[in-house]
Amino acid sequence: MSVLIVAEHRKGEIRDVTFELLSKGREIVKAMGGDLYAVILGKDVMKLAKSIAEFADKIFVIEDERVENNAEAYVRVLKRLVERISPKLIIMANSSFGLDIAPCLAMELDIPLITDCVGLKFSDDKLIATKSIYGGKVLADYLFDYGKTYFVTLRVGEFKVTYEKGRGEIEVLPSIVKEEVVNKRFIGFIEPEKGEVDITAADIIISIGRGIKEKGNIKITEELANTLGGVLACSRPIVDYNWLPKDRQVGSSGKIVKPKLYLALGISGAFQHIIGMKDSSLIIAINKDPMAPIFRVAHYGVVGDLLKIVPELTRMIKESKGIK
Amino acid sequence: MNVIACIKRVPDVSEVDVEIEPSGKEIKKERLTFIINECDNYSLEEAIRIKERFGGSVTAITVGSREDEEILRRALAMGADKAIRVDFDLKGDSYTIARVLSEVIRGEKYDLIFFGALSGDFGCGQVGAYVAKILGINCVTFVKRIEYLSGFIKAYRELEGGLEEAYDVKLPAVVTIQTGINEPRYVSIMGIRRARAREIKVLTLQDLGLKDIDIAPKVKLERLYLPPPVKAAELIAGTLEEIAMKLVALLKGKGVI
Repeated sequence: MSVLIVAEHRKGEIRDVTFELLSKGREIVKAMGGDLYAVILGKDVMKLAKSIAEFADKIFVIEDERVENNAEAYVRVLKRLVERISPKLIIMANSSFGLDIAPCLAMELDIPLITDCVGLKFSDDKLIATKSIYGGKVLADYLFDYGKTYFVTLRVGEFKVTYEKGRGEIEVLPSIVKEEVVNKRFIGFIEPEKGEVDITAADIIISIGRGIKEKGNIKITEELANTLGGVLACSRPIVDYNWLPKDRQVGSSGKIVKPKLYLALGISGAFQHIIGMKDSSLIIAINKDPMAPIFRVAHYGVVGDLLKIVPELTRMIKESKGIK
Repeated sequence: MNVIACIKRVPDVSEVDVEIEPSGKEIKKERLTFIINECDNYSLEEAIRIKERFGGSVTAITVGSREDEEILRRALAMGADKAIRVDFDLKGDSYTIARVLSEVIRGEKYDLIFFGALSGDFGCGQVGAYVAKILGINCVTFVKRIEYLSGFIKAYRELEGGLEEAYDVKLPAVVTIQTGINEPRYVSIMGIRRARAREIKVLTLQDLGLKDIDIAPKVKLERLYLPPPVKAAELIAGTLEEIAMKLVALLKGKGVI
Protein backbone atom coordinates (compact mmCIF):
# COMPACT_ATOMS: atom_id res chain seq x y z
CA MET A 1 0.00 0.00 0.00
CA SER A 2 1.48 3.35 -0.95
CA VAL A 3 0.71 6.91 0.06
CA LEU A 4 1.24 9.94 -2.16
CA ILE A 5 1.66 13.41 -0.69
CA VAL A 6 1.52 16.51 -2.87
CA ALA A 7 4.28 18.95 -1.91
CA GLU A 8 3.11 22.55 -1.64
CA HIS A 9 5.38 25.41 -2.60
CA ARG A 10 4.92 29.08 -3.35
CA LYS A 11 7.30 31.70 -4.72
CA GLY A 12 10.25 29.32 -4.75
CA GLU A 13 9.83 27.99 -1.24
CA ILE A 14 8.48 24.76 0.21
CA ARG A 15 5.52 25.55 2.44
CA ASP A 16 5.80 24.26 6.03
CA VAL A 17 2.64 22.18 5.72
CA THR A 18 4.47 19.89 3.28
CA PHE A 19 6.44 18.52 6.26
CA GLU A 20 3.19 17.88 8.11
CA LEU A 21 1.92 15.87 5.13
CA LEU A 22 5.19 13.91 4.91
CA SER A 23 5.06 13.13 8.64
CA LYS A 24 1.48 11.86 8.57
CA GLY A 25 2.17 9.91 5.39
CA ARG A 26 5.20 8.31 7.02
CA GLU A 27 3.18 7.31 10.07
CA ILE A 28 0.64 5.54 7.85
CA VAL A 29 3.11 3.61 5.71
CA LYS A 30 4.98 2.57 8.84
CA ALA A 31 1.77 1.10 10.28
CA MET A 32 0.44 -0.41 7.06
CA GLY A 33 3.58 -1.17 5.06
CA GLY A 34 4.29 0.37 1.66
CA ASP A 35 6.06 3.35 0.20
CA LEU A 36 5.69 7.02 0.89
CA TYR A 37 5.71 8.95 -2.37
CA ALA A 38 5.83 12.69 -2.80
CA VAL A 39 5.25 14.72 -5.93
CA ILE A 40 6.30 18.24 -6.74
CA LEU A 41 5.10 20.13 -9.82
CA GLY A 42 6.05 23.50 -11.20
CA LYS A 43 8.85 25.61 -12.55
CA ASP A 44 12.44 25.09 -11.32
CA VAL A 45 11.32 22.66 -8.63
CA MET A 46 14.30 20.29 -8.67
CA LYS A 47 16.09 22.25 -5.95
CA LEU A 48 12.95 22.14 -3.80
CA ALA A 49 12.54 18.41 -4.52
CA LYS A 50 16.08 17.74 -3.33
CA SER A 51 15.42 19.62 -0.09
CA ILE A 52 12.57 17.28 0.91
CA ALA A 53 13.43 14.04 -0.94
CA GLU A 54 15.03 12.42 2.13
CA PHE A 55 11.69 12.38 3.95
CA ALA A 56 9.98 10.37 1.19
CA ASP A 57 10.85 6.98 -0.27
CA LYS A 58 10.54 8.50 -3.70
CA ILE A 59 9.75 11.97 -4.96
CA PHE A 60 8.43 12.51 -8.47
CA VAL A 61 9.56 15.76 -10.05
CA ILE A 62 7.56 17.20 -12.91
CA GLU A 63 9.02 20.43 -14.26
CA ASP A 64 6.49 22.50 -16.18
CA GLU A 65 6.05 26.23 -15.99
CA ARG A 66 2.49 25.91 -17.29
CA VAL A 67 1.20 24.21 -14.15
CA GLU A 68 2.33 27.11 -11.92
CA ASN A 69 -0.78 28.93 -10.70
CA ASN A 70 -2.87 26.95 -13.15
CA ALA A 71 -5.16 24.53 -11.36
CA GLU A 72 -6.55 22.97 -14.54
CA ALA A 73 -3.12 22.10 -15.96
CA TYR A 74 -1.90 21.03 -12.53
CA VAL A 75 -4.82 18.62 -12.11
CA ARG A 76 -4.19 17.08 -15.54
CA VAL A 77 -0.57 16.32 -14.72
CA LEU A 78 -1.33 15.06 -11.24
CA LYS A 79 -4.13 12.83 -12.53
CA ARG A 80 -1.73 11.10 -14.91
CA LEU A 81 0.75 10.45 -12.10
CA VAL A 82 -1.93 9.00 -9.82
CA GLU A 83 -3.10 6.68 -12.60
CA ARG A 84 0.47 5.55 -13.10
CA ILE A 85 1.49 4.82 -9.51
CA SER A 86 -2.00 3.94 -8.09
CA PRO A 87 -1.51 5.06 -4.50
CA LYS A 88 -4.00 3.81 -1.92
CA LEU A 89 -4.13 7.26 -0.36
CA ILE A 90 -3.46 10.79 -1.62
CA ILE A 91 -2.76 13.51 0.93
CA MET A 92 -2.85 17.24 0.26
CA ALA A 93 -2.96 20.27 2.56
CA ASN A 94 -6.31 21.84 3.35
CA SER A 95 -4.86 25.15 2.26
CA SER A 96 -6.04 27.72 -0.21
CA PHE A 97 -4.02 25.85 -2.81
CA GLY A 98 -5.12 22.37 -1.71
CA LEU A 99 -8.79 23.28 -1.75
CA ASP A 100 -8.42 24.70 -5.26
CA ILE A 101 -6.93 21.46 -6.59
CA ALA A 102 -8.34 18.58 -4.53
CA PRO A 103 -12.06 18.63 -5.48
CA CYS A 104 -11.20 18.87 -9.21
CA LEU A 105 -8.72 16.03 -8.98
CA ALA A 106 -11.19 13.89 -7.03
CA MET A 107 -13.83 14.42 -9.72
CA GLU A 108 -11.39 13.74 -12.54
CA LEU A 109 -10.31 10.47 -10.93
CA ASP A 110 -13.80 9.64 -9.64
CA ILE A 111 -12.47 8.98 -6.15
CA PRO A 112 -13.85 9.95 -2.74
CA LEU A 113 -12.41 13.02 -1.01
CA ILE A 114 -12.60 14.09 2.62
CA THR A 115 -11.35 17.62 3.22
CA ASP A 116 -10.06 19.34 6.37
CA CYS A 117 -9.18 16.18 8.33
CA VAL A 118 -7.83 16.55 11.86
CA GLY A 119 -7.31 12.80 12.31
CA LEU A 120 -6.43 9.94 9.99
CA LYS A 121 -5.89 6.31 10.89
CA PHE A 122 -6.34 2.80 9.60
CA SER A 123 -8.41 0.39 11.66
CA ASP A 124 -9.25 -3.14 10.44
CA ASP A 125 -7.90 -2.16 7.04
CA LYS A 126 -10.38 0.69 6.83
CA LEU A 127 -9.27 4.27 6.66
CA ILE A 128 -11.03 6.48 9.19
CA ALA A 129 -10.80 10.22 8.59
CA THR A 130 -11.83 12.57 11.38
CA LYS A 131 -13.19 16.05 10.74
CA SER A 132 -13.71 18.82 13.27
CA ILE A 133 -17.10 20.37 12.50
CA TYR A 134 -19.60 22.89 13.85
CA GLY A 135 -16.91 25.38 14.75
CA GLY A 136 -14.80 22.79 16.58
CA LYS A 137 -17.61 21.66 18.88
CA VAL A 138 -18.12 18.23 17.28
CA LEU A 139 -15.86 15.57 15.76
CA ALA A 140 -17.00 13.34 12.91
CA ASP A 141 -15.50 10.03 11.81
CA TYR A 142 -15.86 9.25 8.13
CA LEU A 143 -15.33 6.08 6.16
CA PHE A 144 -14.60 5.86 2.47
CA ASP A 145 -17.43 4.01 0.84
CA TYR A 146 -16.07 3.77 -2.59
CA GLY A 147 -13.00 3.74 -4.77
CA LYS A 148 -9.63 2.11 -4.88
CA THR A 149 -7.81 5.30 -4.03
CA TYR A 150 -8.72 7.48 -1.06
CA PHE A 151 -8.07 11.18 -0.95
CA VAL A 152 -7.83 13.55 2.02
CA THR A 153 -6.76 17.10 2.75
CA LEU A 154 -5.25 17.69 6.19
CA ARG A 155 -5.92 20.72 8.35
CA VAL A 156 -2.83 22.93 8.34
CA GLY A 157 -0.92 23.03 11.64
CA GLU A 158 -2.80 20.05 13.05
CA PHE A 159 -0.21 17.30 12.61
CA LYS A 160 3.21 17.06 14.22
CA VAL A 161 6.32 17.15 12.09
CA THR A 162 8.62 14.19 12.75
CA TYR A 163 11.31 14.46 10.04
CA GLU A 164 11.51 10.67 9.71
CA LYS A 165 13.56 9.67 6.74
CA GLY A 166 12.85 7.44 3.76
CA ARG A 167 14.86 6.13 0.83
CA GLY A 168 15.03 9.55 -0.78
CA GLU A 169 14.88 8.49 -4.45
CA ILE A 170 14.18 11.13 -7.07
CA GLU A 171 12.43 10.39 -10.36
CA VAL A 172 11.98 13.02 -13.03
CA LEU A 173 8.87 12.67 -15.18
CA PRO A 174 7.81 14.62 -18.25
CA SER A 175 4.72 16.82 -18.11
CA ILE A 176 1.80 15.65 -20.20
CA VAL A 177 0.51 19.17 -20.84
CA LYS A 178 0.84 19.82 -24.55
CA GLU A 179 -0.30 23.42 -24.87
CA GLU A 180 -1.14 26.40 -22.68
CA VAL A 181 -4.28 25.96 -20.60
CA VAL A 182 -5.88 29.40 -20.59
CA ASN A 183 -9.47 29.26 -19.34
CA LYS A 184 -8.29 30.87 -16.15
CA ARG A 185 -5.21 33.04 -16.47
CA PHE A 186 -2.94 33.90 -13.54
CA ILE A 187 -2.18 37.62 -13.37
CA GLY A 188 -0.01 37.88 -10.30
CA PHE A 189 0.32 37.96 -6.55
CA ILE A 190 -0.81 40.94 -4.53
CA GLU A 191 1.27 41.48 -1.41
CA PRO A 192 -0.52 42.52 1.78
CA GLU A 193 -0.30 46.21 2.56
CA LYS A 194 2.10 47.17 5.30
CA GLY A 195 0.11 48.72 8.12
CA GLU A 196 1.10 51.30 10.68
CA VAL A 197 1.61 48.70 13.39
CA ASP A 198 3.48 45.40 13.07
CA ILE A 199 1.57 43.15 15.45
CA THR A 200 4.10 40.33 14.98
CA ALA A 201 6.70 42.48 16.79
CA ALA A 202 4.50 43.16 19.83
CA ASP A 203 5.08 41.57 23.25
CA ILE A 204 1.55 42.21 24.39
CA ILE A 205 -1.45 41.69 22.14
CA ILE A 206 -5.02 42.51 23.08
CA SER A 207 -7.10 40.73 20.47
CA ILE A 208 -10.81 41.16 19.86
CA GLY A 209 -13.43 39.01 18.14
CA ARG A 210 -17.14 38.97 17.41
CA GLY A 211 -17.89 39.23 21.15
CA ILE A 212 -17.07 42.94 20.97
CA LYS A 213 -20.57 43.28 19.44
CA GLU A 214 -20.26 46.87 18.18
CA LYS A 215 -17.57 49.01 16.65
CA GLY A 216 -18.12 51.60 19.39
CA ASN A 217 -16.98 49.08 22.01
CA ILE A 218 -13.50 48.79 20.55
CA LYS A 219 -12.37 51.86 22.47
CA ILE A 220 -12.55 50.04 25.83
CA THR A 221 -10.14 47.40 24.51
CA GLU A 222 -7.94 50.10 23.01
CA GLU A 223 -7.67 51.69 26.43
CA LEU A 224 -6.67 48.35 27.95
CA ALA A 225 -4.05 47.87 25.23
CA ASN A 226 -2.64 51.35 25.91
CA THR A 227 -2.60 50.75 29.65
CA LEU A 228 -0.69 47.49 29.20
CA GLY A 229 1.63 48.94 26.55
CA GLY A 230 0.32 46.45 24.01
CA VAL A 231 -1.24 46.56 20.57
CA LEU A 232 -4.75 45.84 19.42
CA ALA A 233 -5.30 42.89 17.08
CA CYS A 234 -8.36 40.91 16.06
CA SER A 235 -9.93 37.81 14.53
CA ARG A 236 -11.30 37.65 11.00
CA PRO A 237 -14.88 38.94 11.48
CA ILE A 238 -13.61 42.29 12.80
CA VAL A 239 -11.71 42.83 9.55
CA ASP A 240 -14.66 41.54 7.49
CA TYR A 241 -16.82 44.22 9.17
CA ASN A 242 -14.16 46.85 8.39
CA TRP A 243 -13.79 47.70 12.08
CA LEU A 244 -10.00 47.22 12.06
CA PRO A 245 -7.54 47.09 9.16
CA LYS A 246 -6.40 43.78 7.66
CA ASP A 247 -2.87 44.10 9.09
CA ARG A 248 -4.37 43.62 12.59
CA GLN A 249 -5.80 40.18 11.73
CA VAL A 250 -4.36 37.15 13.54
CA GLY A 251 -4.78 33.76 11.88
CA SER A 252 -4.06 31.72 8.78
CA SER A 253 -5.14 34.44 6.35
CA GLY A 254 -3.61 37.15 8.56
CA LYS A 255 -0.53 37.19 10.80
CA ILE A 256 1.12 34.52 12.91
CA VAL A 257 2.00 36.00 16.31
CA LYS A 258 3.91 34.72 19.36
CA PRO A 259 3.70 37.48 21.97
CA LYS A 260 4.45 37.14 25.70
CA LEU A 261 0.79 37.85 26.40
CA TYR A 262 -2.16 37.17 24.09
CA LEU A 263 -5.41 38.35 25.59
CA ALA A 264 -8.30 36.97 23.51
CA LEU A 265 -11.46 38.99 24.07
CA GLY A 266 -14.71 37.59 22.68
CA ILE A 267 -12.87 35.30 20.27
CA SER A 268 -14.48 31.86 19.95
CA GLY A 269 -11.35 30.29 18.51
CA ALA A 270 -11.97 29.07 14.98
CA PHE A 271 -9.03 26.88 13.95
CA GLN A 272 -7.94 29.47 11.39
CA HIS A 273 -7.46 31.87 14.31
CA ILE A 274 -5.80 29.33 16.64
CA ILE A 275 -3.09 28.67 14.02
CA GLY A 276 -2.08 32.31 14.32
CA MET A 277 -1.67 32.57 18.10
CA LYS A 278 -1.30 29.13 19.71
CA ASP A 279 2.42 29.52 20.37
CA SER A 280 2.02 32.67 22.48
CA SER A 281 3.77 32.36 25.89
CA LEU A 282 0.69 33.29 27.93
CA ILE A 283 -2.83 33.08 26.55
CA ILE A 284 -5.76 34.44 28.52
CA ALA A 285 -9.24 34.22 27.04
CA ILE A 286 -12.42 36.00 28.04
CA ASN A 287 -15.56 34.64 26.40
CA LYS A 288 -19.23 34.19 27.27
CA ASP A 289 -19.38 30.64 25.88
CA PRO A 290 -17.73 28.10 28.23
CA MET A 291 -17.56 25.61 25.32
CA ALA A 292 -15.74 28.02 23.00
CA PRO A 293 -12.71 26.26 21.47
CA ILE A 294 -10.46 29.16 22.53
CA PHE A 295 -10.52 27.71 26.08
CA ARG A 296 -8.82 24.58 24.72
CA VAL A 297 -5.67 26.53 23.87
CA ALA A 298 -5.81 29.30 26.48
CA HIS A 299 -3.77 28.89 29.68
CA TYR A 300 -6.27 30.92 31.68
CA GLY A 301 -9.88 31.66 30.96
CA VAL A 302 -12.73 33.80 32.22
CA VAL A 303 -16.28 32.84 31.30
CA GLY A 304 -17.99 36.20 31.22
CA ASP A 305 -18.83 39.40 29.43
CA LEU A 306 -15.77 41.21 28.15
CA LEU A 307 -17.71 44.47 27.99
CA LYS A 308 -18.00 44.38 31.79
CA ILE A 309 -14.64 42.79 32.65
CA VAL A 310 -12.37 44.88 30.43
CA PRO A 311 -13.16 48.32 31.92
CA GLU A 312 -12.79 46.91 35.43
CA LEU A 313 -9.50 45.28 34.52
CA THR A 314 -8.20 48.50 32.94
CA ARG A 315 -9.18 50.45 36.05
CA MET A 316 -7.34 48.04 38.36
CA ILE A 317 -4.21 47.91 36.23
CA LYS A 318 -4.11 51.71 36.24
CA GLU A 319 -4.59 51.67 39.99
CA SER A 320 -1.79 49.16 40.50
CA LYS A 321 0.50 51.22 38.27
CA GLY A 322 -0.49 54.36 40.15
CA ILE A 323 -2.06 55.90 37.03
CA LYS A 324 -5.10 58.04 37.70
CA MET B 1 -25.52 39.28 -15.96
CA ASN B 2 -27.44 36.35 -14.60
CA VAL B 3 -26.18 35.10 -11.30
CA ILE B 4 -27.13 32.01 -9.35
CA ALA B 5 -26.38 31.92 -5.64
CA CYS B 6 -26.41 28.50 -3.98
CA ILE B 7 -27.10 29.00 -0.31
CA LYS B 8 -27.46 26.89 2.81
CA ARG B 9 -29.18 27.19 6.15
CA VAL B 10 -26.99 26.16 9.09
CA PRO B 11 -27.44 26.01 12.87
CA ASP B 12 -25.82 28.81 14.87
CA VAL B 13 -23.71 26.87 17.37
CA SER B 14 -21.87 29.83 18.87
CA GLU B 15 -22.57 30.24 22.57
CA VAL B 16 -24.57 26.99 22.85
CA ASP B 17 -23.77 23.47 24.03
CA VAL B 18 -23.99 21.04 21.17
CA GLU B 19 -25.42 17.56 21.86
CA ILE B 20 -25.37 14.48 19.68
CA GLU B 21 -28.50 12.50 18.75
CA PRO B 22 -28.56 8.86 20.00
CA SER B 23 -28.18 7.75 16.36
CA GLY B 24 -24.69 9.31 16.47
CA LYS B 25 -25.25 10.71 12.99
CA GLU B 26 -26.68 14.13 13.76
CA ILE B 27 -26.55 16.86 16.35
CA LYS B 28 -29.68 17.69 18.34
CA LYS B 29 -31.32 20.52 16.48
CA GLU B 30 -34.57 21.23 18.37
CA ARG B 31 -33.21 24.02 20.53
CA LEU B 32 -30.86 25.57 18.00
CA THR B 33 -31.51 28.70 15.99
CA PHE B 34 -30.75 28.59 12.29
CA ILE B 35 -29.14 31.23 10.10
CA ILE B 36 -27.99 31.63 6.54
CA ASN B 37 -24.43 30.33 6.24
CA GLU B 38 -22.13 33.32 6.77
CA CYS B 39 -20.19 33.13 3.47
CA ASP B 40 -23.48 32.61 1.59
CA ASN B 41 -24.81 35.90 2.91
CA TYR B 42 -21.80 37.66 1.36
CA SER B 43 -22.25 35.75 -1.90
CA LEU B 44 -25.95 36.72 -2.10
CA GLU B 45 -25.03 40.35 -1.50
CA GLU B 46 -22.41 40.17 -4.25
CA ALA B 47 -24.96 38.64 -6.66
CA ILE B 48 -27.51 41.35 -5.93
CA ARG B 49 -24.94 44.13 -6.36
CA ILE B 50 -24.08 42.76 -9.82
CA LYS B 51 -27.74 42.85 -10.80
CA GLU B 52 -28.09 46.39 -9.50
CA ARG B 53 -25.06 47.53 -11.51
CA PHE B 54 -25.34 45.56 -14.74
CA GLY B 55 -28.91 44.32 -14.84
CA GLY B 56 -29.82 40.65 -15.22
CA SER B 57 -31.27 38.40 -12.56
CA VAL B 58 -30.42 36.66 -9.31
CA THR B 59 -31.64 33.16 -8.58
CA ALA B 60 -31.20 31.73 -5.09
CA ILE B 61 -31.16 27.95 -4.75
CA THR B 62 -31.09 25.76 -1.69
CA VAL B 63 -31.41 22.04 -1.08
CA GLY B 64 -33.38 20.97 1.95
CA SER B 65 -36.68 20.84 3.77
CA ARG B 66 -39.54 23.31 4.06
CA GLU B 67 -37.85 25.05 7.01
CA ASP B 68 -34.91 25.89 4.77
CA GLU B 69 -37.20 28.16 2.74
CA GLU B 70 -36.58 30.73 5.47
CA ILE B 71 -33.25 31.68 3.86
CA LEU B 72 -34.83 31.80 0.40
CA ARG B 73 -37.40 34.29 1.66
CA ARG B 74 -34.52 36.26 3.12
CA ALA B 75 -32.79 36.14 -0.29
CA LEU B 76 -35.95 37.42 -1.98
CA ALA B 77 -36.18 40.21 0.58
CA MET B 78 -32.56 41.14 -0.16
CA GLY B 79 -33.32 41.46 -3.85
CA ALA B 80 -33.20 38.02 -5.48
CA ASP B 81 -35.65 37.59 -8.37
CA LYS B 82 -36.27 33.91 -8.10
CA ALA B 83 -35.97 31.22 -5.43
CA ILE B 84 -35.76 27.47 -5.86
CA ARG B 85 -35.74 24.74 -3.24
CA VAL B 86 -34.94 21.16 -4.04
CA ASP B 87 -37.01 19.08 -1.68
CA PHE B 88 -34.42 16.67 -0.40
CA ASP B 89 -33.42 15.54 3.05
CA LEU B 90 -29.75 16.44 3.32
CA LYS B 91 -28.46 12.89 3.42
CA GLY B 92 -25.28 12.13 1.58
CA ASP B 93 -22.07 14.01 1.01
CA SER B 94 -20.77 17.01 -0.94
CA TYR B 95 -20.89 14.98 -4.14
CA THR B 96 -24.60 14.22 -3.64
CA ILE B 97 -25.46 17.89 -3.17
CA ALA B 98 -23.29 18.92 -6.12
CA ARG B 99 -25.10 16.46 -8.41
CA VAL B 100 -28.49 17.73 -7.27
CA LEU B 101 -27.54 21.40 -7.65
CA SER B 102 -25.97 20.84 -11.07
CA GLU B 103 -29.24 19.45 -12.42
CA VAL B 104 -31.15 22.48 -11.16
CA ILE B 105 -28.57 24.88 -12.60
CA ARG B 106 -28.65 23.21 -16.02
CA GLY B 107 -32.25 24.39 -16.32
CA GLU B 108 -31.40 28.01 -15.55
CA LYS B 109 -29.64 30.87 -17.34
CA TYR B 110 -26.36 31.87 -15.76
CA ASP B 111 -23.10 33.74 -16.27
CA LEU B 112 -21.89 33.30 -12.73
CA ILE B 113 -22.65 30.73 -10.04
CA PHE B 114 -21.79 31.81 -6.51
CA PHE B 115 -21.21 29.60 -3.51
CA GLY B 116 -19.98 30.44 -0.03
CA ALA B 117 -16.33 29.38 0.19
CA LEU B 118 -16.98 27.23 3.27
CA SER B 119 -20.02 26.29 5.32
CA GLY B 120 -20.22 26.91 9.04
CA ASP B 121 -21.39 23.37 9.78
CA PHE B 122 -19.18 20.83 7.95
CA GLY B 123 -16.81 23.21 6.16
CA CYS B 124 -15.94 20.82 3.32
CA GLY B 125 -15.36 23.46 0.64
CA GLN B 126 -16.17 20.98 -2.12
CA VAL B 127 -19.62 21.56 -3.58
CA GLY B 128 -18.77 24.63 -5.69
CA ALA B 129 -15.77 22.98 -7.32
CA TYR B 130 -17.74 19.78 -7.98
CA VAL B 131 -20.57 21.70 -9.64
CA ALA B 132 -18.06 23.48 -11.91
CA LYS B 133 -16.60 20.14 -12.88
CA ILE B 134 -20.00 18.56 -13.54
CA LEU B 135 -21.09 21.53 -15.67
CA GLY B 136 -17.67 21.72 -17.35
CA ILE B 137 -17.06 25.39 -16.54
CA ASN B 138 -14.34 27.40 -14.79
CA CYS B 139 -14.02 27.56 -11.06
CA VAL B 140 -12.22 30.00 -8.82
CA THR B 141 -12.27 29.52 -5.04
CA PHE B 142 -11.83 31.68 -1.91
CA VAL B 143 -12.51 34.94 -3.73
CA LYS B 144 -12.12 38.17 -1.78
CA ARG B 145 -12.65 40.74 -4.56
CA ILE B 146 -14.09 40.66 -8.10
CA GLU B 147 -13.85 43.11 -10.99
CA TYR B 148 -16.47 42.60 -13.68
CA LEU B 149 -15.27 42.98 -17.25
CA SER B 150 -16.72 42.06 -20.60
CA GLY B 151 -16.99 38.26 -20.92
CA PHE B 152 -14.67 37.65 -18.02
CA ILE B 153 -13.96 38.60 -14.44
CA LYS B 154 -10.81 39.43 -12.56
CA ALA B 155 -11.01 37.43 -9.36
CA TYR B 156 -8.72 37.88 -6.36
CA ARG B 157 -8.20 34.67 -4.38
CA GLU B 158 -7.29 34.79 -0.74
CA LEU B 159 -4.11 32.92 0.15
CA GLU B 160 -2.39 32.51 3.49
CA GLY B 161 -0.79 35.37 5.38
CA GLY B 162 -2.74 38.17 3.70
CA LEU B 163 -1.38 37.34 0.24
CA GLU B 164 -3.78 37.37 -2.72
CA GLU B 165 -3.53 36.07 -6.26
CA ALA B 166 -5.41 37.49 -9.23
CA TYR B 167 -6.89 35.52 -12.14
CA ASP B 168 -8.71 36.47 -15.31
CA VAL B 169 -11.55 33.96 -15.51
CA LYS B 170 -13.72 33.38 -18.58
CA LEU B 171 -17.45 33.19 -18.01
CA PRO B 172 -19.51 31.26 -17.26
CA ALA B 173 -17.78 30.34 -14.02
CA VAL B 174 -18.31 29.12 -10.50
CA VAL B 175 -16.93 31.49 -7.88
CA THR B 176 -16.71 30.60 -4.20
CA ILE B 177 -16.95 33.70 -2.06
CA GLN B 178 -15.09 34.54 1.13
CA THR B 179 -16.46 36.64 3.96
CA GLY B 180 -15.50 40.31 3.86
CA ILE B 181 -15.93 40.71 0.07
CA ASN B 182 -18.64 43.33 0.70
CA GLU B 183 -20.92 44.58 3.46
CA PRO B 184 -24.15 42.57 3.28
CA ARG B 185 -27.21 44.77 3.52
CA TYR B 186 -29.55 44.73 6.46
CA VAL B 187 -32.70 42.68 5.91
CA SER B 188 -35.70 43.72 7.95
CA ILE B 189 -38.16 41.27 9.47
CA MET B 190 -40.88 43.17 7.60
CA GLY B 191 -39.05 42.61 4.33
CA ILE B 192 -38.82 38.88 4.99
CA ARG B 193 -42.53 38.82 5.89
CA ARG B 194 -43.43 40.56 2.67
CA ALA B 195 -41.38 37.98 0.77
CA ARG B 196 -43.77 35.31 2.05
CA ALA B 197 -46.14 36.26 -0.73
CA ARG B 198 -43.49 35.51 -3.37
CA GLU B 199 -43.25 32.16 -5.09
CA ILE B 200 -40.64 29.60 -4.12
CA LYS B 201 -40.31 26.97 -6.79
CA VAL B 202 -40.03 23.49 -5.28
CA LEU B 203 -38.39 20.70 -7.24
CA THR B 204 -38.09 17.02 -6.39
CA LEU B 205 -35.34 14.62 -7.43
CA GLN B 206 -37.90 13.10 -9.79
CA ASP B 207 -38.46 16.49 -11.43
CA LEU B 208 -34.71 16.66 -11.97
CA GLY B 209 -34.59 13.16 -13.41
CA LEU B 210 -32.21 11.99 -10.69
CA LYS B 211 -32.21 8.47 -9.34
CA ASP B 212 -30.65 7.37 -6.07
CA ILE B 213 -27.75 5.80 -7.88
CA ASP B 214 -26.87 9.13 -9.56
CA ILE B 215 -26.42 10.83 -6.24
CA ALA B 216 -24.93 7.98 -4.20
CA PRO B 217 -22.42 9.43 -1.72
CA LYS B 218 -18.76 8.50 -1.95
CA VAL B 219 -18.00 8.83 1.72
CA LYS B 220 -19.93 7.67 4.75
CA LEU B 221 -20.41 9.45 8.06
CA GLU B 222 -19.69 6.82 10.69
CA ARG B 223 -20.35 8.74 13.90
CA LEU B 224 -20.38 12.14 15.52
CA TYR B 225 -18.99 12.72 19.00
CA LEU B 226 -17.88 15.50 21.27
CA PRO B 227 -14.15 16.25 21.37
CA PRO B 228 -12.44 14.60 24.35
CA PRO B 229 -11.51 17.05 27.10
CA VAL B 230 -8.01 18.43 26.81
CA LYS B 231 -5.86 20.30 29.25
CA ALA B 232 -8.22 23.23 29.15
CA ALA B 233 -7.73 26.73 30.45
CA GLU B 234 -7.54 27.25 34.20
CA LEU B 235 -10.72 29.17 34.89
CA ILE B 236 -10.78 32.38 36.85
CA ALA B 237 -14.14 33.05 38.50
CA GLY B 238 -15.75 35.34 41.04
CA THR B 239 -17.41 38.72 41.14
CA LEU B 240 -16.39 41.28 38.55
CA GLU B 241 -13.97 42.86 41.00
CA GLU B 242 -12.50 39.51 42.06
CA ILE B 243 -11.95 38.48 38.46
CA ALA B 244 -10.19 41.75 37.65
CA MET B 245 -8.04 41.44 40.81
CA LYS B 246 -7.06 37.87 39.98
CA LEU B 247 -6.17 38.86 36.43
CA VAL B 248 -3.99 41.73 37.67
CA ALA B 249 -2.25 39.35 40.11
CA LEU B 250 -1.73 36.85 37.29
CA LEU B 251 -0.26 39.48 34.96
CA LYS B 252 2.02 40.71 37.74
CA GLY B 253 3.09 37.16 38.58
CA LYS B 254 4.01 36.56 34.96
CA GLY B 255 5.93 39.81 34.77
CA VAL B 256 3.62 41.38 32.19
CA ILE B 257 2.94 44.40 34.42
